[in-house]
Amino acid sequence: MTPKTEAELSEAIAAAQGPLAIRGGGTRAFAQAEGETLSTAGLAGITLHEPGALTLVAAAGTPLADIEAALEAEGQRLAFEPPDLRGLLGREGVSTIGGVVAANASGPRRIQAGACRDFLLGVRFVDGSGTIVKNGGRVMKNVTGYDLVKLMAGSHGTLGVLSEVSLKVLPKPEATAVLLIEGLGDDQAVAAMSAALGSPYDVTGAAHTQKGVDGAPVTMIRVEGFTPSVAYRAQALKEKLARFGDIAIEDDPEKTAAGWAWVRDVSQHVGQPGDVWRISVKPSDGPEVARRLPGAEVLYDWGGGLLWARVPEGSDVRGLLGDLPGHATRVRGGDAGIATFHPEPAPVAALSQGLRARFDPRGILNPGIMG
Amino acid sequence: MQMPQPDAGILERKARIVARLATAVSGGEVIHAPEETRAYECDALTAYKCPPMAVVLPSTTEEVSAVLAICHEEGVPVVPRGAGTSLAGGALPTADCVILGTARMNAVLETDYANRFIRVQSGRTNLSVTGAVEEEGFFYAPDPSSQLACAIAGNVAMNSGGAHCLKYGVTTNNLLGVTMVLMDGTVVEIGGAHLDAPGLDLLGVICGSEGQLGVVTEATLRILHKPEGARPVLIGYDSNEVAGACVSDIIRAGVLPVAIEFMDRPCIRACEAFAKAGYPDCEALLIVEVEGSEAEIQHQLDLIGEIARRHDPVELREAKDADEARRIWLGRKSAFGAMGQINDYMCLDGTIPVSSLPMVLRRIGELSGEYGLDVANVFHAGDGNMHPLILFDANKPGDLEKCEELGAEILKLCVEAGGCLTGEHGVGVEKRDLMGVQYAPEDLEAQMAVKDVFDPKWLLNPAKVFPLTVSQPRRAAA
Repeated sequence: MTPKTEAELSEAIAAAQGPLAIRGGGTRAFAQAEGETLSTAGLAGITLHEPGALTLVAAAGTPLADIEAALEAEGQRLAFEPPDLRGLLGREGVSTIGGVVAANASGPRRIQAGACRDFLLGVRFVDGSGTIVKNGGRVMKNVTGYDLVKLMAGSHGTLGVLSEVSLKVLPKPEATAVLLIEGLGDDQAVAAMSAALGSPYDVTGAAHTQKGVDGAPVTMIRVEGFTPSVAYRAQALKEKLARFGDIAIEDDPEKTAAGWAWVRDVSQHVGQPGDVWRISVKPSDGPEVARRLPGAEVLYDWGGGLLWARVPEGSDVRGLLGDLPGHATRVRGGDAGIATFHPEPAPVAALSQGLRARFDPRGILNPGIMG
Repeated sequence: MQMPQPDAGILERKARIVARLATAVSGGEVIHAPEETRAYECDALTAYKCPPMAVVLPSTTEEVSAVLAICHEEGVPVVPRGAGTSLAGGALPTADCVILGTARMNAVLETDYANRFIRVQSGRTNLSVTGAVEEEGFFYAPDPSSQLACAIAGNVAMNSGGAHCLKYGVTTNNLLGVTMVLMDGTVVEIGGAHLDAPGLDLLGVICGSEGQLGVVTEATLRILHKPEGARPVLIGYDSNEVAGACVSDIIRAGVLPVAIEFMDRPCIRACEAFAKAGYPDCEALLIVEVEGSEAEIQHQLDLIGEIARRHDPVELREAKDADEARRIWLGRKSAFGAMGQINDYMCLDGTIPVSSLPMVLRRIGELSGEYGLDVANVFHAGDGNMHPLILFDANKPGDLEKCEELGAEILKLCVEAGGCLTGEHGVGVEKRDLMGVQYAPEDLEAQMAVKDVFDPKWLLNPAKVFPLTVSQPRRAAA
């Protein structure tokens, strides 16, 4: 089913006789539900873009690329840097803004600017009974009633099907510089990234790979802004981090953009065998996580707190993490006996289940994919 | 504003309930004498008052859990209270309720600079969170103007903002995790030092739920290194429209100031009379503050100056040093005090799209004339968060009601302009009965469904947020 309007979407859900597999562009879901496919691709179009108010409203099925192009034309962007995981997951298709929001898909800048959920100002959605609900709006600050906006971000279609989203957008910076440190071990790299992120220099990306494009470890630290400010902060950071080794500064716009797209899209693991897990921990626990995963190759983002780990097929990454606080999501491959999403402690799981039962009483929206 | 009738059955059982609560807190102290509960009869929305049946001040999550379990068993409503600084009546008691205050829970539990977070008990004041980390050069970003007094518990409940949230975001953008106690006493841990949720973003819906889903006892907060410096520029215009256009141009140019404050003529005059900050007598005044190293600050102020000059300002004054910066902020920061000296006032905080600013200000002026009550406007212009202050005389019969009516008209105007009823103060009791202006019945039903899950008996902070008629069936069934 591909409804063309919100009213059609509502009718389709109300009339559904069995489970529905909710789909935007089918490019980034970590798990696929059984059921009739309900696509939001027919709900497309940017309905409002006010550059001076930093806001954009679009139907959920609007291609992400259309939104990025409209923003680019006004010198703006989505600051949360949504990843393109088609390569990693071996998918084709057109990523939609609704899919981005439903997955709370956030890239390297999440560490400084915030996640997708932090830029989501409002939603319209249809719940599992077919009821159309709106929450939030299109203004920057809004505490009117409960924040269902954040609840919908990252709910992977299990509470309702998004029909429209309203986003805060930001101006594109004039310049970018990246500090590059080669050859650091994981612990040193996380220490360097922590020092950078704990500085006054407004770092907007901090990533480390055990295996860069030429096979050696590389640590990348990004600053963005006005040209003189970027030059100043890059130099200040270079001095601050001098103890970690030789530091090169790259400020070529194309090279820096390509480098961060490589991190954002987890290109390191594209076309490589094995399962891929996405693990969120306190940054200083990152290297310990990597040590607990035999045969893993790791890309660290978010200053070390986000690990994209490629592991041998069927590895029980969650089990190997043991008591480290955080969560692990399997994004590619794996054993059907291991849940995709990290199970929640019983009292929290009861709340999540309770919410699903209220928003989707028949249990027909992407059933079972989040647990 | 109406509140439900107190439950006579609960009041009859007061002695037993007080005795049971005494077993739940260390020292056994329960405040229940009428002369003592009076201290808790209102929050910063002093127009509405009602002493609670009893007050408990637990010291730990375990004690909070014990208190809530008892109240749950007894069917007693609980009103959580941070520091009682809500401007929306978020901590207004009912006569049959137990106030659960977080005042004793103010410890710092963990400070981690490498991972950039602090974990505190929720009764800790906002400013003292920064106080705990500033020696290392760090700060906690959300800065509501009550930050000296207000508690993190209240900040989380109301998703508080502040003057600097244009750059740093509001509470929800800086909150990493909570320990929360549900109404039945169940303790849940949500989030932590790591980022983002493994499943549904429960933290996102808890923040801003006005104490109706659970009692937050501990919070993990993001801390940031302080910028190297900050300086404001003051820009005066003879037209609200032009000032609004200037704000929009600054934002579009890619400058992201930490704050853009806007004052209109009635506010400028009152502040000037009170604080003698040297403000020009003009229609609209902007205070724009930027951060960074000295060179970065100068670069941004130059850009802002260039944009401002294109709109032909009547005054453009850059702070050259700390003393000038202080003087520029002096009037703005004393705005509420200045108003308080003139009259009683009610402060609203509807938010609008920045593009609607001139229209909304014009319409507020007209409404002010129609109602015969003065309105002064001071607000966070970068994010459209208005703060109309309606002046009235509490001793004059009928003035409060007239003020409430005008306030409702102004908030409806904000919603019509594409905005919302409240940007940072919360709904509480103040805007409760206006929720239908912004939300359709199905929208409110979806929000109430969340409360059904967290607090099935509707005992936590009852009669707030949702219009009484809308929540009545649920409160009656519980």
